[in-house]
This record gives sequence, structure tokens and C-alpha cells, in this order.
Amino acid sequence: MSATLARWRDSDLWHSFTHSPVALGATLLAAVFFVGAFGAPWIAPHDPFNIASLSLLNSFRHPFASWTYPLGTDEQGRDMLSAIMFGTRVSLLVGAAAVIFALVAGVGIGLVAGYAGGWLDGLLMRIADIQLTFPAILMALLIDGVFSALVPRDRHDSVQIYVIVLAIGISRWPQFARVVRGSTLVERGKDYVAAARVIGIGRGRILLGHILPNVLGPVLVIGTLTLGLAILDEATLSFLGVGLPQTQPSLGTLIRIGDDFLFSGQWWVTVFPGVALMLLVLAINLLGDWLRDALNPRLR
Amino acid sequence: MSAPLLGVADLTVEFPTRRGILRALDAVSFAIAPGEILGMVGESGAGKSLTGAAIIGLLAPPGRIAGGEVRLEGARIDHLPAEAMRRIRGRRIGAIFQDPLTTLNPLYTIGRQLTETIRTHLPMSAAEARTRAIRWLDEVGIPAAARRIDAYPHEFSGGQRQRVVIALALCAEPRLVIADEPTTALDVSIQAQIIALLKRLAREHGTAVLLITHDMGVIAETADRVAVMYAGRIAEIGPVAEVIRAPAHPYTEGLMASIPPLEHRLERLAQIEGAMPRLNAIPDGCAFHPRCPRAIDRCRGERPALTPAGATMAACLLAHA
Amino acid sequence: MIVFILARLLQAIPVLIAVGVIAFAMFRYVGDPIGAMLGQDYSDAHRAELMHKLGLDQPAYVQFFRFLWNALHGNFGISYRVGEPVATLFAQRLPATLELAITATVLAVLVAIPAGVYAGIWPRSWVSRALMVGSLLGVSLPTFLIGVLLILAFSVQLGWLPSFGRGHVVHLGFWTTGFLTLSGLRALVLPAITLGMFELTLIMRLVRAEMLEVLRSDYIKFARARGLRARTIYFGHALKNTLVPVITIIGLQLGGVVAYSVVTETVFQWPGVGLLFIQSVAAADIPVMAAYLLLVGVVFVTINLVVDLLYYAVDPRLRVERPGHGR
Repeated sequence: MSATLARWRDSDLWHSFTHSPVALGATLLAAVFFVGAFGAPWIAPHDPFNIASLSLLNSFRHPFASWTYPLGTDEQGRDMLSAIMFGTRVSLLVGAAAVIFALVAGVGIGLVAGYAGGWLDGLLMRIADIQLTFPAILMALLIDGVFSALVPRDRHDSVQIYVIVLAIGISRWPQFARVVRGSTLVERGKDYVAAARVIGIGRGRILLGHILPNVLGPVLVIGTLTLGLAILDEATLSFLGVGLPQTQPSLGTLIRIGDDFLFSGQWWVTVFPGVALMLLVLAINLLGDWLRDALNPRLR
Repeated sequence: MSAPLLGVADLTVEFPTRRGILRALDAVSFAIAPGEILGMVGESGAGKSLTGAAIIGLLAPPGRIAGGEVRLEGARIDHLPAEAMRRIRGRRIGAIFQDPLTTLNPLYTIGRQLTETIRTHLPMSAAEARTRAIRWLDEVGIPAAARRIDAYPHEFSGGQRQRVVIALALCAEPRLVIADEPTTALDVSIQAQIIALLKRLAREHGTAVLLITHDMGVIAETADRVAVMYAGRIAEIGPVAEVIRAPAHPYTEGLMASIPPLEHRLERLAQIEGAMPRLNAIPDGCAFHPRCPRAIDRCRGERPALTPAGATMAACLLAHA
Repeated sequence: MIVFILARLLQAIPVLIAVGVIAFAMFRYVGDPIGAMLGQDYSDAHRAELMHKLGLDQPAYVQFFRFLWNALHGNFGISYRVGEPVATLFAQRLPATLELAITATVLAVLVAIPAGVYAGIWPRSWVSRALMVGSLLGVSLPTFLIGVLLILAFSVQLGWLPSFGRGHVVHLGFWTTGFLTLSGLRALVLPAITLGMFELTLIMRLVRAEMLEVLRSDYIKFARARGLRARTIYFGHALKNTLVPVITIIGLQLGGVVAYSVVTETVFQWPGVGLLFIQSVAAADIPVMAAYLLLVGVVFVTINLVVDLLYYAVDPRLRVERPGHGR
């Protein structure tokens, strides 16, 4: 572990970070979103979920017209800025949870496949290959649909967030598995693993203690890029109306709601959440791209 | 000497980098007579290949010709417009590259690559070009040329592919061919055949050759004259026999001591202590002085010019002291 | 050649079987087909009788083969939601989806390849830089948002193009086409751009990267040394060598086009298979979902096969006979 951490702290990476305007800008942008999203309960100007504070008198206020509602309000008189902050929070949480699921599953499967080899490796990688041929969003949609058929209708809203996390997580594990398996195959052949085996260290400890730290670099890169994709997946599902319920609006849900008012002229209800979503994903993608170039592992 | 086919005078090539300008070729001058084979020898990074690239106008950016001139049959060809230079490449100056496995486009038949080269430069119909292509394949020793012309590069062996590359370089009958390490990537057993082929074709067609190699053995076998390069400069130039028999530059001397038989190649000249300086750390005075067994104080401060020394020309203060 | 195709077909069979098994498992075990057919009030006797009549009391493998057999004959069951045969629903909507997907792909390829070649040849020009920045934005913009923004700009603000539906379509036997009427073509513009945008950026970035790579290769340097014209070098030699990876991505992205047609069709209320699918997911309409899965599986296997055959056509090295009976 310490070897890998030392490599990350290595001056090259730090140097490349501090000398890359793109990386710095993307980090700043991402930081703004993180603070805004996770500080929302304290710093958001309004509480969009407090029904009592909403007044229809305030509905559809134009943006940039007052300091109270800088980005305007929606049809219920909710402050768009606050709604976006809380929505970003939901988007980030769901995306991160899905990535963690995909990461843990993918890394585990990849380690096992790479270390065990043989038919198990063949089977797991064949499944990964087949799944990779299908677009992840389609997988997620199918998984989502199957779960909704299995869960009684009256409990849909309460479990839906877990269904979405699972659907996206399951659809995104193969990339992790493929890369980890490849690295594991390489590491397995190295002397230190043979040495660990000779002195009687158990298989699990070799995998977790010795091989895992060496594959973390590529996993970090894929994790970052997958976070962007997972957030888009969730937004897409929510926009399609099969994602999160309207009681927990994510950025995708907000855009879906706003879409209804596109033709009546209230463009800001949909455009601002859309811009927020784009900037958030752009920042994450830029960070991921930079990280990949900086760590320069052979990814694919 | 009769009017030279190619005249290179004070050719200087520079690479601008973030840490300043690197001078990769420094005032290189030489000439090649019609039909002559000039060998150019030196270690990796001495500037041999760069000289070839500069002559045919294919320096990889950001490299650029910063000074001097290149004349082909008396007319300057450095800094020609791109289109004019393109017409010279292949037509008046051919080129042979090092690795025949990668110099042929894998997706086209060799016939197509030959005919497109011929028809680019010569006013010929497709049928005439094809006949000429077959004749050239025949001439470079591809058996059953009429049938093999429609084969793809991967269907040939390495040695055969280099023969195809030679045919491609010569098929528009250029007066000069620049052969950059034409045998380095080949099997030892094939190298002698390719060199013999190149020598025969040059003689038969009256083509002059700039033969770039780090293999002194190949030069001794093939060339009329030889230029020895060191750190982007010419250290010594003269008739092959004289340079081998009585080298005037201490570097050449070390080089000659290491002439291996043709079957052996050497990546570095182990007989001389130390290594060639990097481009960003070329010493003042004579670039060779830190490694020179006979260096004197003057070598550290005074840069020697290329001047007659016996039967050859050498850039060494001691050679004519 | 024939051996090659047969080998590829054999490799496709396990995939199709796996897709079939999953589709069957969904069809049979997810949701409640009997409940869906009988409605609210039914007795256990009714239920058992219907199960027997439909063969649902038979062993799973018998049911599986009957499911496949029916599927092969175009019988995918009855939609829970609409109450019509699934096959009929698909037949009505497939032309809309195919016309949209083909238009989007053709549009993407026609724009992406020249743009990618340009950016690969002159990577430092400002046009290339602008293209790259634009493509990064394109990758970060989700498909549905592109659609929404296009509607906002061209339908709401400018009022130039319709924002939903297919316009007037012409019936040609079993096929309906929007290509033949002005309103059909106008209706196609925004959805096709929306659907093609992601593919466009991806192909453009790939072509650029491959061009940069190929232009550094020895055979391109040698082509220059032979004095070939720039046009021949770029479009004859370099572009052809970038085609193999580009064909792969176009092929794989065709799958993405199928997937994102779901999104695009929802945004533009385009009456295609994707819209049908999303309505079925929302309503847990399992027979439609199972049939969609089978359809997509077949489409993907076919695309992969075609991609393999195209490689074969582009790259002569693959045409070398297998060791053993080669030269």
C-alpha cells in the first residue's frame, strides 16, 4: 500500500497536477460542486423540500431578477439554485454508490479471474465481454425494469434509489474486472508474489495485500471516468421516468420536470439543471483524463 | 573533382526545445559526385540520419535547417516550396529506409505501391507503369516478378521486402539514393546480399548513393569515400582506402581499430573510452576532446576546421600540426 | 472465407443462447403472466386451468424451447400493457427506429471522418483545437440534454423544426417511411442530430488519434520520401490504415445508437421501438421487454459479424491462410 501511495505522492504526479491548468480548473469546478452539494442543507438559500415555505405566488420567477431567487423558481415556487444544489447531492451520491458497487464487484471478480486462471477466468471474462458489447444504459434499463416487476408497486418509491444504484453498478463492473484481471496476470508472474507464496502467505492475503495495491492506479482512473458515466446514467434513467422518484429529485429528474415547461417559455427550469449536470460531468471527465495521462497506465 | 551531383555546405540543423535550441547538425559540408558511393558512418545520434532527412526535406518538426545550403546539380534545394521538393523526392533523390517490415504500407499490394510511385513521377499509362514495375522487381531479384507483383507486403520475407523497398526507391531512376541503414534490421545472412544488390544497381544505373550506416565493415565493402560523423559534425572525410589505412582523426583511428568483419555489427564503439556527448552538452572546442587520448590544451578552446590531412580531410588540430 | 464466416457464426451461438435464456427467464419468472391475463378476480382453479392450457406447468426446458420456437416464428406473446401481440407492436414501430438510427449514423460518419482526418493532419490549427474542445463537451452532454437543448433552440425559440413525432409518413407495404415527405424529413433533423452526436464525437476523436498515430509510421515517411502527393498520402495511405479501428468503433457504436434511440425517442416522442421499450419498462411489461432483449441481442450479434467481415475486406493480412495449409 505504502509503495503505491508513495508513487501517487511522487513529485511527477504532483508536478503534472500543479502545472496543468486543465487539472486545476477541473478540480476547482468539482470542488465547487462538492461543497455546494454536500453543504446544501446549510448553505442553500432555501429548503426546496419544505412544503410550508413554498408559495405558488413565487412560481416561475425569472432568473437573474432578484437575489432571493438568483436562478429563478419552478412551477411550485421552488428556488432553482437550491433545487440544483440538492439535486447535485442526489446525483453525486447515487453515482458514487453505483461506482463503489461496480468497483468492488469488478475488482473482486478481476482479482479472482486473474489469479485463478483456467475455466473460471474464461467464464468470468466471457460474461464481461458479452456484457461490454451491450451498452451499459440498456443493461441498466433492463435491470431496472426487472426489479420494478419484482417489487410490489406500493413499495416502488422507497426502494427505487437502491434499484438504480444496483442497475448502474451491475452495468458498469466489467471495465474494472478487465483491467484488474490484466494487471493481476502480470503481477502474479512477478517474483514478489512467488516469494510470498513460498513463505506460506495465504491466497487471500496475497491478493489483497500484494496484488491489489499494484492495480489501484488504473482502478482509480476508471473509477473517476465511470463516476461521470454513472451520473449520466442516473440522469438518463431519471429523465426517462424510470429513475429516482420526484420526492428525491436528482439533476436528471429536475430536467425531466423542466422539460414540461419548455414550450410555455420557462426555459430556466430545465436549462440550469442541464448546465449544472454538464459542468459536473465535464469536471469529472477532465480530471479522469488528466489522471489517466499522468499515471499513464496502459488502459483499455 | 567533376561538378558534384550533390553539394552540402555548412548545413546546420536545429531543434528548438523548451530548454533552448539543440544543434543537431553543425556546419556539415560534403559533396557527392555522379555515380559515387559516399559512406557516412558514426554512432547513434551522430547526425547521420538527420543529414539524410535534411537533404530530402523531411526533417521531423520542430527540426529545421538553420543554416548552410544543399545543392542538387548546382541548384539549391533547401527551403524549396513543399510541392517543388515533393517532385524531387522519388524522382531525383530516392530513399531507402532501415526497416523493410514497417516501410511498406501493409494494406496495398507492392505492385500498387510501385506503379503509384512511377506514375507520380513519370508520364506513363497504368499498363506501362506495371511493365516497368515488373522489370524493376525482376532487377532487384524478386523471383517470378510478374506473378508476385500482386502480392501484399506480408507475403514477402524481410530480405525480399528490402529488395522491394530498393525497387521503390529506384523505379523513377533518381540520380541519387539516400540509403539509411539499409541492412541494420535484416538477418546477418541477408545483409551481404542486399549490399551487393545496392552496389550493382548503383553501378549499372550510374546512381550516386549516400550510404548511412554505423557499420564500418559495410562502408569498407561498398563505398568510394567515407565521411565520419561525430556529435553532429564531420570529423574526417576521404577515400575509403586512405581513411582505413591512415586515419588522420583520433576518433577515426579508434573507429578503424574496431572494424569488425561484415557479419558483425556494433551498436557502440567500445574501443573508445566514454560515450558521445548529448546534444545539450557538446563541449567547447573539439567535440571529441574529452574522449581523445591525445587531446592537448588547445583542443578545449579551439574548434578545428575540416582541412586537408594527408590523403583525407580531418577536423583535428593535431592532424596538421 | 467460408470457414471464417462459419467460425464467427459458431462463436455467436453461445451469446444468442445466453440472451435467449435471460429473455425466457424474464418472460416466465418475472412478473405474473397469469395475473396479467386474468385480471383482478380469479379462482385457483381458473389459474391452474390456464397454466395447464399455456403449458406453464411443464418442465422449464420444455417451456424454454417452446419460447424459442415461438420467438423464431415471430410470436413473442401479448403485451400486458397494450393487450396486443408483441410482434405486431414491434412491426409497427421498427421502421421508425431504423430510419432514425440509419440517418443518425450516416450523419455522424459523414461529419466525423472528414473532421477527424483534418484534426489529425493539422493538430495545431485552431479549427482542430475547437473541434477537440467541442467533442469533449459533446461527450459530457447526455443525449437527452442535447435533445432538450435542440428543441429549446430550434423548436421553441426559432420555431424552425418540429419537436415531436415523425411528421407525415408514407406507407410502402409493411414499411412506413418519413423519407419521402417534407414534414417527415423535417421531423427527422433534430432527433437524428441528437442521436448521432455522441457517436460523432467518438468517431471524430478516434479518427484523429489514429491519423496522428499512422502519420508517424514508417510507411507514411517512406511514402513521403517516394514523393507521393499529399492527397494520396493522407487519403490513400493514412486513412485506409485508420479504418480497421474506426470500423470497430462504428460497429460497436451502432449498438450504442440502438440503446440511445430509447432516450432520443422519448425526448422527441418518436414512435419507434425504443419508446415502446421505455413505456414497457415503466409499466413492467415483461413480454415486450423480453422481446426487445432478444431483438437487441440479434442486432448486436449481426453487427459484430458484419464488422468482422469488413475487417476481412480492409486488411489483407487477415486473408492469410491459416497455418497448416498456407505457404
